[in-house]
Amino acid sequence: MKNYFKPAVFLLSLWPIFIITYQLFYNKLGPEPVDRIINHFGEWTLVFILLTLSMTPLRKITKSLEWIKFRRMLGLFAFFYASIHMLSYVGLDYRFDFKPLINDVLKKKFVFIGFSAWLLLIPLAITSSDRMARLLKQNWKKLHKLVYVISIFGVLHFIWLSKTIFFKPLIFLIILIILLLFRINFSKLSSKI
Amino acid sequence: MKKFKHSEITPEKIYHTRRSFIKSMGYGLSALSLSSVPIINAKASNLNEPTSYQDITTYNNYYEFGTGKSDPHRRAKNFTTRPWSVKIEGEVEKSLELPIEEVLAIKSEERILKLRCVEGWSMVIPWLGFSLSELLNKVEIKPSAKFVEFETVYNPEEMVGQRYPVLNWPYIEGLRLDEAMHPLTTVVTGLYGKTLPNQNGAPLRIFIPWKYGFKSAKAIVKIKLTKNMPNTAWKNASPREYGFYSNVNPEVDHPRWSQATERVIGESILAPRIKTLMFNGYGDEVAHLYSGMDLKKNY
Repeated sequence: MKNYFKPAVFLLSLWPIFIITYQLFYNKLGPEPVDRIINHFGEWTLVFILLTLSMTPLRKITKSLEWIKFRRMLGLFAFFYASIHMLSYVGLDYRFDFKPLINDVLKKKFVFIGFSAWLLLIPLAITSSDRMARLLKQNWKKLHKLVYVISIFGVLHFIWLSKTIFFKPLIFLIILIILLLFRINFSKLSSKI
Repeated sequence: MKKFKHSEITPEKIYHTRRSFIKSMGYGLSALSLSSVPIINAKASNLNEPTSYQDITTYNNYYEFGTGKSDPHRRAKNFTTRPWSVKIEGEVEKSLELPIEEVLAIKSEERILKLRCVEGWSMVIPWLGFSLSELLNKVEIKPSAKFVEFETVYNPEEMVGQRYPVLNWPYIEGLRLDEAMHPLTTVVTGLYGKTLPNQNGAPLRIFIPWKYGFKSAKAIVKIKLTKNMPNTAWKNASPREYGFYSNVNPEVDHPRWSQATERVIGESILAPRIKTLMFNGYGDEVAHLYSGMDLKKNY
């Protein structure tokens, strides 16, 4: 049974690709297809970052080690979707016209923070293998704490680009805060014991 | 014999005001007006095809019905637009309450105008409507009036978005009086030759083609002439991002996104962005309203 879990999660994680492919073929991307594609992959990136962050709390709540097996895969999917998100912005929307793009990164704080989050994801993706984890030893844990910064940057990116925080950015923010609180509470509890 | 262009023998300013005067005359005759409204003049873009009815009526920013673009057409279906009346009050000799039937009785004409959203997309819409000045001329405006304020209906039972503090409800928008009296400032009663759909602002909205879309208030119940600049909804929500004027201006970036280019709604996934034009391409008609003003400061 459990042998199927990982491939199943993998296939489910491809859902965002499946949706977009379907909408592309059946011409259902709506009046602003480029915008739709960018937003779609942007939102799914955040979903996968939050899913990645949920694995440790789920492990603690359910006292089952199963969850942690999926963490790396979910994290890599987050990087994968973040890359599609960024590439569709750079390629589809701006046609690799780097002058306005550089201007955006430097002048628009939501682009700046989003781009920074993507850059920070790169070292995490590169060092995600077991071999790298063994090689980096204690530093691996330290390095991968960057995911907290990335998650905050990602949600801020969404809040800053939206005209109002209602409702999607607010929902992401609340979930992120809950997930981050888990970390604080658990470490405090364990230090008291 | 050497030929003179009118612009060569007439001082430029008079030439422009005369042109806009001629244009405003044209509005009386709908056939004429179609050629005189700058619509999408050649330089604006080659995409002068109106956006499809489907896109115009399913892709809307109308936060009273939700913040998603597809919310309005789903949620506005049963919105009550009758009975309806529009109050004209404030700095006027005698305020007036007009039943909607009386407003709709004013002769509408087709006006194909371009809508540029502050979010960086645009549509070309064949509105039905008439100049706001025709409506304002029904009251005697006091000389103390300097601004015009538009108020959207407050109806949280049907406008579910109004149940949440997304903006300060009711939605308030406004114009300087001379902007409001400009012939291109349109009271919209329909589109594509049909009655105005609820999601597009029924029963009555205004449309100001040279300003970002949010300036054009929908489902209007009150038009108030005021001495002071109205405290408009988006300016109130974020004064640094949304100014009172909010003229389409490719050189003044919104603090968060660039305004230099725009995406044309309904174009294929491979279509590039197009350059945004000053005053959305209506500069010849409206630039004189802002002569001497620093449009970077008065954004």
